[in-house]
Amino acid sequence: MSIDRRSIALHVGLITVLFVGCFALNDYHQGNVARILVLATYAIGYNVMFGYTGLLSLGHAMFFAAGLYGLGMAMHYGGLPAIPAFVVGLICAAVLSALVAVLALRTIGVAFMIVTLMFAQSVFLAILYFGDWTRGDEGFVIAQSTRQVLGLDLTDPVTRYLAALALFSAALLITARMMHVRFGRVLIAVRENEERTRMLGYDVFRHKFLAVVISGTISGAAGAGYGLLFGYVGATFASVQYSIFPLLWVLLGGAGTTIGPLVGTIFMFYLIDYSSALTNAYMLIAGVVLVLLTLFARAGIMGEIRKRWAPWLP
Amino acid sequence: MTQKLMTNRRGLLMGAAAGGLLASSPLVSRFAHAQSSGPIKIGFQQHSTGIGAAYGRWYGRTTEAAVKKINEEGGINGREVQIVAEDDGTDPKRGAEVVEKFANQHDCDVAFGTLFSHVVFGSAPAAGELKMPYFVVSEGHHVASGALNRYTLQPGITDVKSQVQAMAPYVAKNLGKKVTMVFPDFAFGHDHRDFFTAAIEAQGGEVLKHIAIPPTETSFTKYFPQIPRETEVLYHVMVGPGVLTFVKELGEFFGPSSPAIFGFIDSLEAVDLASPGLEFLENTYFWEGNPRYAQADQTEYDKAFRAAVGVDANGASVSDSADVSTYAHMFGCWETLHVIKAGMEASDYKGPEDRAKLIEAVEAMGAMDESAAHPQGPKIFNGKTHQTFGVQYISQVQNGKLVKVHTTSIEDTMYPDEVDYTTQSF
Repeated sequence: MSIDRRSIALHVGLITVLFVGCFALNDYHQGNVARILVLATYAIGYNVMFGYTGLLSLGHAMFFAAGLYGLGMAMHYGGLPAIPAFVVGLICAAVLSALVAVLALRTIGVAFMIVTLMFAQSVFLAILYFGDWTRGDEGFVIAQSTRQVLGLDLTDPVTRYLAALALFSAALLITARMMHVRFGRVLIAVRENEERTRMLGYDVFRHKFLAVVISGTISGAAGAGYGLLFGYVGATFASVQYSIFPLLWVLLGGAGTTIGPLVGTIFMFYLIDYSSALTNAYMLIAGVVLVLLTLFARAGIMGEIRKRWAPWLP
Repeated sequence: MTQKLMTNRRGLLMGAAAGGLLASSPLVSRFAHAQSSGPIKIGFQQHSTGIGAAYGRWYGRTTEAAVKKINEEGGINGREVQIVAEDDGTDPKRGAEVVEKFANQHDCDVAFGTLFSHVVFGSAPAAGELKMPYFVVSEGHHVASGALNRYTLQPGITDVKSQVQAMAPYVAKNLGKKVTMVFPDFAFGHDHRDFFTAAIEAQGGEVLKHIAIPPTETSFTKYFPQIPRETEVLYHVMVGPGVLTFVKELGEFFGPSSPAIFGFIDSLEAVDLASPGLEFLENTYFWEGNPRYAQADQTEYDKAFRAAVGVDANGASVSDSADVSTYAHMFGCWETLHVIKAGMEASDYKGPEDRAKLIEAVEAMGAMDESAAHPQGPKIFNGKTHQTFGVQYISQVQNGKLVKVHTTSIEDTMYPDEVDYTTQSF
């Protein structure tokens, strides 16, 4: 089987397994996986920038929040139906990511990390500052009755799961395809050796700019999806910890692998879920596991699998 | 040697990963299912970690004590009450996950216990969708404002709007009418800003200056020069890890001469009044949801409540005098659990199929007398707004202790309904 066919089989197979999971899982895990799929979409967005392009952002929560608030405020104050509001969320995230890209890409390395962190903090504080509209840290609820698409009730567990799967699948297939075409190859080249890529005649800034916009927009789609499917919009999602989460998920699952973000998100979600049943110091357990993985599986779970057994993994 | 070690470590990692996948499998269910003859399971959404941890610790102790009492008295409808506590990390996303866990994994009958407003907002949609009665102990105005849903109720603690509103008559009459407010620049602070400003104006007073402190602030001195000279009353409220620094710096700024100072005890909840630097608080005033120090006219109910939870006459743990309780808020857990008991008994609750009946029974409760079930004081539950109303206390620091100087009426705390949840279908 060629690499392309294996890749297609992997992605289609994964989506099929997740689809079957909707009906095979019990209520608790069905709800968890729906949430994980939305968060994994966020991680996929992060992976485009970090895993494939080599740009380490510490401020991705601002893109997630842009989508979340774009959709939430359009529905809550503008009275827009779900689909147009979702588009508003995407536009907000795309515009913000373009703005951040133009300014932050003037820096590299540690400076880039700090600039993205500062931008995200500014967005977080702006949400609190305009509390009369955003309801600041408390946030607001999107009415259950408005969370409908084409007559489908997104608060129904099965519909919600399938909607989350659709969102995740779109992000997965877009990024998988992207890495098969020249644009994606150039992103990887930028990650591996930016100077050499420039010397070969590629417009590095344009590629990095597009990577940030695509990454930010996918993250914003996840934010809009979260608001729509789970009905809550709040400033917590713009805080620094929500910038660190996708970094952890991607590192754990395998940076620069297409399904690594999902694997990392599942791993981290259930690690916290089960360890919190054992002790209140569950973050200590999570920390120890992260240290072990960093020491002994530096490429993350899927990265190690690719390195050791399946070099064809996309 | 190295290779062998690597192999073992790799094996360990693979085992951990496999274990993680297996554990997440639906085939593995470590949890028993509730039965109508089994215990009543109450999911306790606890702030064990995160910004609310100090509250969560005491909410936990109060909950344990209340459940012990209820079980000793025969449980609910003859069934034992069991608490299923889950840490929400004081995080709204995790809060919603925890509510789902209560409903779909632990098979809890109801969920209860949330304090921080953003966690309530984050969790309430999940409770509404899962049709899980969700009894919050938050003092936020979220329930009564109509922002949530029919499954969310706050029967055991009053909300910030009624608390703030009830303070204005006393402040205007006894402390002064020209007020400067210092509050955190997020939703909780904005509620104080908006509700108190309106309430003091209704008393013929005015707020000279609103000083909002950004939530990331760690030093507060630079904000205090904004306080106008003609200020008669400084109104302060602060929450979070910076509260002690805030109050100390306030004292350093004013020195011996200051306007009258009125604060919400939130600024010093779980903080020892004897802490160095707080001496300047002598003679200042505080709102207290429930008086931290045992008062001269202490009721038998308060005495029994303190003994059950393990709180001494100074509001600290009986086993550690430095472990100061969150006394102004934690009674809410005790009272809410008794409301759940009363509601389940009134509705002859048997299982999740009776959840709507339980909510209707609580909506119909109305007046609740001061009693062993309601040691903080009498209350009136508004079934339409799902919010309880009750007396508030104003205390003055005298000889380093908070001494109650005023008790409001319940009427002082009431305001027109902003929602009627009973019109929403189940």
